[in-house]
Amino acid sequence: MIAATWPRDDRARARLLLMDRRSGALEDRVASELPRLVESGDLLVVNDAATLPASLMGTANGTPIELRLLDASDGLWRAVAFGAGSWRTPTERRPSPPQLARGAQLSFGGLCATVEAVLSTSSRLLSVRFAQTAEVFWSELYRIGKPVQYSYLSGELRLWHVQNSYAARPWAAEAPSAGFVLSARVLAELRQHGVRVAALTHAAGLSSSGDEALDAALPLAERYEIPASTVAAIAAARANGGRIIAVGTSVVRALETHALERGGELRAGAGQSELRIGPGFALRVVDGLLSGIHDPAASHYALLQAFASREHLDAAHAAAERWGYLEHEFGDVCLLL
Amino acid sequence: MSRFSQRGVLITGASRGLGRALFDQLARAGARVVGVARHTEELERGARALRAEGLAAHVLAADVGDLDAIYPLAGASQALVGPVELLVHDASTLGPTPLGPLLDLPCEALLRVLQVNLLGPFRLTRAIVGGMLVRGSGIVASISSDAAVSAYPNWGAYGVSKAALDHLSRSWAAELRGTGVSAISIDPGEMDTDMHRDAMPDADPATLARPGDVARQIIAGLEQLRPEQSGARVSAADWSAP
Repeated sequence: MIAATWPRDDRARARLLLMDRRSGALEDRVASELPRLVESGDLLVVNDAATLPASLMGTANGTPIELRLLDASDGLWRAVAFGAGSWRTPTERRPSPPQLARGAQLSFGGLCATVEAVLSTSSRLLSVRFAQTAEVFWSELYRIGKPVQYSYLSGELRLWHVQNSYAARPWAAEAPSAGFVLSARVLAELRQHGVRVAALTHAAGLSSSGDEALDAALPLAERYEIPASTVAAIAAARANGGRIIAVGTSVVRALETHALERGGELRAGAGQSELRIGPGFALRVVDGLLSGIHDPAASHYALLQAFASREHLDAAHAAAERWGYLEHEFGDVCLLL
Repeated sequence: MSRFSQRGVLITGASRGLGRALFDQLARAGARVVGVARHTEELERGARALRAEGLAAHVLAADVGDLDAIYPLAGASQALVGPVELLVHDASTLGPTPLGPLLDLPCEALLRVLQVNLLGPFRLTRAIVGGMLVRGSGIVASISSDAAVSAYPNWGAYGVSKAALDHLSRSWAAELRGTGVSAISIDPGEMDTDMHRDAMPDADPATLARPGDVARQIIAGLEQLRPEQSGARVSAADWSAP
């Protein structure tokens, strides 16, 4: 499938592949039609994580490296190290970073960090602590950090290219991109059609590192937070027979993890999602999914199989390819209902 | 308890005058506050003192008139204090002082006033309000001026920018009606501030309100803001005292 190489000016003009989860029936639509493709009483749940300027270029003991930040807990960041080069080289062809051990010193512009641990999944997966205060760290991160991006894009992304219209806390290493099509106009039309929108925050991680062991382990555990207002909106929608439609796989992971850990009951709260959702997974909360279109080899495709059969998904992917759909974060979308 | 307790608050123009008073008072009310200013040394000292008392007060240095400052500001502030529930546009510039007639005003000076007083608030609202929208809660408060309504000689650039800011606030309110997010513009009245001294060096300070008192009135009004007030232009002095 052809990759979208740059964001559209009007993202709601993305094409939308509507798929009936059960019959596999397909329709070729446009994302701006979304308010008419769902029913009054349905609830869309979005991931309001803003996308971090997670890519830092710097050095480790004088050797050039790139560090891609994943998430932080008490000032301790999980991050993946890359060797010299940039996003313009496919990740799997990037040279390896130098072997970093506990205590290694890293520096990026005005930021310096110490490697506190090398995590067991891969020697490139690190736990690092920055020396600066929170205010200095965040100001400098936003000054020197760039959004994570891949070699199929045609130019260097700016921060606003990777934000959803409703982004709030910067928790995502890569954009929760299924929401890109939700322009303010689409959100307003959804409201007018009686479709509510609620949010949670999920620290969407990297989709690829080029490191075999690490890529096999993706998605890593990711933190999330589900507010009480969203739990109430889900309960209200269900009580009225409405469907819960996740915008992006990160929302599915957060809602299903949280419900599974509490015997199927959804409550407000925070947690870590380590759940790997795939074929045969019994969805407890989510009824439908709006998602980007990605490679069938990715973990994303396994998750889709909780919604529809492999056979139907393969047929949908083939149709999308035939119809000239574009894949990846700035590409077209599919809606599984 | 304050409706802003433990909630994220972002205030531009927080280093002096009304912005500083709002910063201090909202932090003391238990809000998680980020103050923004171009020059932050003194504000940073104040924030450190507040943090030493266990309050959540943070400072970011930025020029809200700078396009490239906006996303970093929205991101860094919400990293520090969480989703913003109250956004206060207090930063503003008079343009060249002493104030002079429009006929003498360089176009570039008008542009700079509009960048800081109008485009900055527009861009920052745009970066923040979508999050409020999907959470179904939030307030965007724009600090306006009498000069937005009455045209005074020599106040043209500032007055035009504040009139446009008022209408921008009304327009946001019209688009956000029914979402739980409110937009309001507030005329603080004449205050004894550095900005007032820059504009009217000969004014008698005794006739001017103290920014701390005006901040208290504004916070009291915001605490009780009702959805139907969204889109209004209110005067701090006769706004709902508790």
